[in-house]
Amino acid sequence: MSVEMGAAREWKVTPASAFGRRVKECVPVGLLATATGIIVAMLAVILGNIFLNGVEWISWEFLTSPPREGMMAGGIYPAIFGTVFLVLLMTIAAVPIGVITAIYLNEYAPRVTAAQVKSRLARARGREWLIEFWRLWQVYLTGITRTAVATLAGVPSIVFGLFGLGFFVQFIGAGIDRVLYGGELVFGQPAIIWAALTLALLTLPVIIVATEEALRAVPQDLRDASLALGATRWQTISRVVLPQALPGIITGMILTISRGAGEVAPILFTGAAYFLPHLPTRLNDQFMHLGYHVFILSTQSPNVEKTRPILYATVLVLLVLTFSLNLVGVMIRMRMRKRWRRGR
Amino acid sequence: MNAPPISRRPEVRRDDARAPSSTAAKMRVEHLDFFYGDTKVLHDITIDFPEKRVTALIGPSGCGKSTLLRALNRMNDTIPETRVEGRVFLDGEDIYAPRVDVVRLRQRVGMVFQKSNPFPKSVFDNVAYGLRINGLVRSRGELEARVEESLRQAALWDEVKDRLHESALMLSGGQQQRLCIARALAVRPEVLLMDEPASALDPIATQKIEELIYELKKAYTIIIVTHNMQQAARISDITGFLWMGRLIEVGPTVKIFTNPDEKMTEDYITGRFG
Repeated sequence: MSVEMGAAREWKVTPASAFGRRVKECVPVGLLATATGIIVAMLAVILGNIFLNGVEWISWEFLTSPPREGMMAGGIYPAIFGTVFLVLLMTIAAVPIGVITAIYLNEYAPRVTAAQVKSRLARARGREWLIEFWRLWQVYLTGITRTAVATLAGVPSIVFGLFGLGFFVQFIGAGIDRVLYGGELVFGQPAIIWAALTLALLTLPVIIVATEEALRAVPQDLRDASLALGATRWQTISRVVLPQALPGIITGMILTISRGAGEVAPILFTGAAYFLPHLPTRLNDQFMHLGYHVFILSTQSPNVEKTRPILYATVLVLLVLTFSLNLVGVMIRMRMRKRWRRGR
Repeated sequence: MNAPPISRRPEVRRDDARAPSSTAAKMRVEHLDFFYGDTKVLHDITIDFPEKRVTALIGPSGCGKSTLLRALNRMNDTIPETRVEGRVFLDGEDIYAPRVDVVRLRQRVGMVFQKSNPFPKSVFDNVAYGLRINGLVRSRGELEARVEESLRQAALWDEVKDRLHESALMLSGGQQQRLCIARALAVRPEVLLMDEPASALDPIATQKIEELIYELKKAYTIIIVTHNMQQAARISDITGFLWMGRLIEVGPTVKIFTNPDEKMTEDYITGRFG
């Protein structure tokens, strides 16, 4: 090395072929830029179109009054109210189950394969055999749960709608009526509670996956530190892991909410109403919904030209609602991150 | 020793015929084999850790010294597909016996990790963590006293006393590691396991940790893993040399570093391999 230090190299830093190499480098960069550009442009066209066509119809009256004259005038207040109410119920139903499932899958489920447990089961005797046997069941249970979550995420939303009608409305609802109300029609019809539960099923995988991701991001170091101090597994989870994962969990919640707010298919048969003169106040009321209202306005209107601005304005409201939810989520996350950096 | 037994039926274990003959050792490992899946990483380890002494475990990377250390407070339990054969005794009790309460074991055998891992909480809350979860203090005043005592023991009090309620993550690397030591000391363990506690620190911070270990051995049994041989020579009373999952030699540090029995030990400490 030292002898050769001063000697001139055979090649220079600007070889003759540099131009060709630079051209070749342009190809992937160009492809990436084009792909990104297309996406941004599409988003801009969609949002711009909706905003420009919808903004002039937005007024205080539009946001606070019910539709009039066969939906050709008036506002969309019942639909806004119904959407918020629905999403709230859905969150209450979906978040606890989703978070608990994710905690089980990431923190408690055994991280071994069935084959490994089986080989130990074959060797084990007595008390140890029972422990391994129980663990084998946990392995199977975990496998089934993971498959179920993945499958649930892939089911088309209209199928959820039909399932909700068949299971919640006609089976559970009608069952409640038969047992508690002597056959009188109370819960055995489309209602906001059934729509919310159907939506909760649809959004469950989103919560589970997001929560698991957040839990996985908590360093094993911190769990070890807690366990080494004599903490139990649950103390470690509740005092170290969950606080650390909370921003991620909240993000998952917000994603779920904004996804749920826009879905129409699952509520089509389970509770959404074409038009209601009153707001839903009980769990077995039907409700109006922004997404469904858009569908109604665009397909059921007696005068398409006259309803078009209302249609655009409704879509705009739905978008703003969803976006501001996302924004709130991002803000909560940032505040929490900051708080931890300060260590409170 | 008035510490609560880790096993719920200690009298049975104490009368056990397999209990170790020597009682001078605070911890004793007997014929320990350790497996990751089907791979055996520790082979027939037998070693005593005397009370209120510093025992250093040295050896090349991957020789199993950290695994052995983690076997002493059952931290390996958190790694899936691991298996232990043989016995580890704490004050004569087998810590791998079926009725052992792992939580209580870890209160008595504390641990400091290679990478400092303070919780993203305040300095105070970090030290108070073990006291709170184990319900070791009855009042706020007692809690504050114990936190201060632990921080003093870890030689950190003067540096952090004015910012107890700031995030632990604001401290320097060396301070964070001493905080982790304070956190471990707060629950008043009897044995302190240290897994290369200074390997990520600069020389000055390292020196502080070493001085601290020298102070702590008056009250604690310390077992430290290090791949820094000068460090082992400086701070330990007893040194064990591991190679490929086997305990090649163990004895007084002075002897190991001046006149080891095994050729392999001599080759390692003189830097001929590893």
